[in-house]
Amino acid sequence: MIVTLADQPFEPGALVTAFCAGRQETGAVATFVGLARAEQGAATALELEAYPGFTDAAIAEIAQVAIERFKLHDVHIVHRTGHVAPGQAIVLVATAAGHRREAFEACDFLMDYLKSRAPFWKREHGPDGARWIEPTDRDRTDAERWD
Amino acid sequence: MARVLLFGRLADQAGWRDRVVEAADLSALRQILSVELGDALTAPGVQVAVDKAIVRGEATLTAATEVAFLPPMSGG
Repeated sequence: MIVTLADQPFEPGALVTAFCAGRQETGAVATFVGLARAEQGAATALELEAYPGFTDAAIAEIAQVAIERFKLHDVHIVHRTGHVAPGQAIVLVATAAGHRREAFEACDFLMDYLKSRAPFWKREHGPDGARWIEPTDRDRTDAERWD
Repeated sequence: MARVLLFGRLADQAGWRDRVVEAADLSALRQILSVELGDALTAPGVQVAVDKAIVRGEATLTAATEVAFLPPMSGG
């Protein structure tokens, strides 16, 4: 399992290629890449603050839960911190399993956790200034599906 | 004494995010910080981590202790 907080842009494709390499028994790798939206010009950047050592530990803990619950072979999560421009990747989740169902479901589970419960503080910058963002009701109910 | 970290809107409100504060325990620290942060530290959803572990009660602080005040988390 790898969990990384990245303060610089990352290239998801290269990471997925590396994640797939050298596997003999993994039949399925599911990936999710989240990108920053421009919101029709209302957002010029997304700013993500993490608590290094605390945020990555919390994500690693939930990744371990996913490994056990979905019988995963491996997980790789990369999450940006700092200023993320529209179009740049915010998050990559890759899950490896014997078969596709477990890989898909674990990816979905991990993203629902990351969107609603992971220790990040998020601020959207736009032409009218900056505002702190909190999880939407949809983010919360998505996460509750797994409780 | 402890190293105090503020995150999210708490850091905005205080105007700093990392400072060493002279306080023997968490309640003394909250008392000192309330001068500039008012009741923001006791607002719903604000959690406290001592040495990167969430603490719900009291804790003794030393020079090596790191205390973080965590406002409601946004998710990624």
